[in-house]
Amino acid sequence: MNIVVCVKHVPDAQSERTFNDSDNTTDREGVDGLLSELDEYAVEEALKLVEASEGEVTVLTVGPAGAADALKKALQMGAHKAVHVTDDAIHGSDAPATSLLLAKAIEKIGTPDVVITGMASTDGTMGVVPAMLAERLNLPMVTYASQLTIDGSAVTARRDGDTASETIEATLPALVSVTDQINEPRYPSFKGIMAAKKKPVETWGLGDLGVDAGQVGLGAAWTKVDSFAKRPPREKGEIVTDEGDGGTKLAEFLASRKFI
Amino acid sequence: MRLNDDHRDFTAMVHNLVATEINPYVDQWERDGFFPAHELFPKLAAQGLLGLEYPAEYGGEDAGHIYSMLATEAFGRVHGAGIPMAIGVQTNMATPSLARYGSDDLKRRYLAPAIAGTAVAAIAVTEPDTGSDVSALRTKAVRDGDDLVITGRKMYITNGTQADWLCLLARTSDEGGHRGMSQIIVPTDAPGFSVARKLDKLGNRVSDTAELILDEVRVPATNIIGTPGRGFQQQMQQFIVERMFASYGAVGQCEYALERTREYLLHRHTFGKPLASKQYVAFTLSELTARVELLRSHNLRVVEALDAGEDIIRLATIAKLEAGRLLRDTADACLQFHGGVGYMEETWTARFFRDARLASIGGGADEVMLQVLARQDGYPID
Ligand SMILES: Cc1cc2nc3c(=O)[nH]c(=O)nc-3n(C[C@H](O)[C@H](O)[C@H](O)COP(=O)(O)OP(=O)(O)OC[C@H]3O[C@@H](n4cnc5c(N)ncnc54)[C@H](O)[C@@H]3O)c2cc1C
Repeated sequence: MNIVVCVKHVPDAQSERTFNDSDNTTDREGVDGLLSELDEYAVEEALKLVEASEGEVTVLTVGPAGAADALKKALQMGAHKAVHVTDDAIHGSDAPATSLLLAKAIEKIGTPDVVITGMASTDGTMGVVPAMLAERLNLPMVTYASQLTIDGSAVTARRDGDTASETIEATLPALVSVTDQINEPRYPSFKGIMAAKKKPVETWGLGDLGVDAGQVGLGAAWTKVDSFAKRPPREKGEIVTDEGDGGTKLAEFLASRKFI
Repeated sequence: MRLNDDHRDFTAMVHNLVATEINPYVDQWERDGFFPAHELFPKLAAQGLLGLEYPAEYGGEDAGHIYSMLATEAFGRVHGAGIPMAIGVQTNMATPSLARYGSDDLKRRYLAPAIAGTAVAAIAVTEPDTGSDVSALRTKAVRDGDDLVITGRKMYITNGTQADWLCLLARTSDEGGHRGMSQIIVPTDAPGFSVARKLDKLGNRVSDTAELILDEVRVPATNIIGTPGRGFQQQMQQFIVERMFASYGAVGQCEYALERTREYLLHRHTFGKPLASKQYVAFTLSELTARVELLRSHNLRVVEALDAGEDIIRLATIAKLEAGRLLRDTADACLQFHGGVGYMEETWTARFFRDARLASIGGGADEVMLQVLARQDGYPID
């Protein structure tokens, strides 16, 4: 079984994330980046599936030069090879453009048995790329899987909702997005770190994918960020001094904020 | 030696592991006075961390010594020094002789499970009556047919209550002094072995330390590691690895403590300004940072010397001495500049202060390091 996992390199949520002043796109230079934590679950699930049968896991990312780090992490975890789609013209691409690039790259890799993605990126958090990608590849899609089994030519996934869990089956090839409940992603081991250096990483530009620069980037985006503002610093809390009527004052305060 | 991307990725992996698999549990383990090595060690083993330098044949990684240094440094971020100490016993104190001098059979039965994390090892040298002076130890292993019958007591043994086997140093002949000792693998399920008591300690409380009794414990004579009668010399070699372990760990622990202290002092105000802006405070901490960096450079020099096959006794002795002093000075300064809150059990500085005190005693006291150095330099000390 061959699996392609789509992963994203995102700004570290632990650091101070911001936008570029010049074009209101996410600042990917000024902060440390890493493999989106939600994508680690996708990589782990793919590795488990391949380990249980056979085949290869290819990790695929669209992003600037630094995004190679996300691929490296996935290779260190155990993925077999990687494809990095990168081109200056891609800067500022939105979900439709990203899904176009991913679809073209997957077609070039050779459509796998399963495409696995995380449930959303931890920076944009739109969570629409999996659906757009499935549409472009004309694949059946199962989103938000918290359990996954593959049997012959069918994939079965459990989706956990607030009130019920549903079990969904689709025929292969298929696209599945997985949640953070599906597994415990492994750490790269010493062997994994050493082996990753020798694994093949291909770098493809727009030309390699037959995509026109006008179809991607900020210019082609369906949505764009008009403006941004820093969240105002938290205001100082109000201190209630108890002069015999502390209880009443507290109750009044809570009532004024509609807590009671 | 310069660090490259592999080294940095490796360190990041260990930091990650410490943050998610170790630190969330340390407070509880500290209260218990015990951490479950049989649960933690397999997780470390899965990352290759218990057999970095050991041969792949026994499950190891065949990695260069630099990775031991980096792992040990990174374990300095564990919120309780007893955990890295227990790991160090497994990787750098109880197993190096076995890996270097042990028979293939012994390595298969004892080294491989230690590397896999399924067996916990302990190093049993110190006795109630002797620590610094290893040549005075009394535990005896008497030959009886194909067996050795071992009788004696061992003291302050790390992992002592949960070890599956000991690397034990005992007398196998009556020659006395440095002569006639052997390193012997003793499985702790052998009849006659018992834990006299778990010891209550000032620091490193998260690690179990025990007094052990060997009452006519019978093991096959083939459990001797390397050459019978050469135990003292082999143990001295093993101590050198242990000393470097202490030095690598000190760099990680002190660096982390200084980082955490600086962070606190940037936000704590006295007399209208952050404490970090007081020159006395900043300079004191910067001086310690300088010593940390110097010790790290020294450690890297040891790594190079080891890789080149040079004798490192002198370098390791200096490293161990400075590691002990640096940990004590750093722990003292970090606690001092935290003030009252630093003295509170709820602040990390209190535990760090207690834990840090061990480095100048365990694995050879500062004075023993000075004795080695002074003798090397020709001082006529006794
Ligand atoms: C928490 C902990 C864990 C330990 N784990 C282990 C373990 O796993 N395995 C093991 O075998 N041992 C272990 N030890 C024992 C440790 O190695 C010894 O405590 C240490 O070697 C010192 O020996 P001692 O305690 O007998 O002190 P002593 O030998 O009695 O020395 C006492 C003090 O005298 C001074 N001194 C000693 N010799 C000289 C000298 N020549 N010149 C000047 N001053 C001197 C030093 O200040 C020294 O601290 C552990 C100890 C502790 C506290």
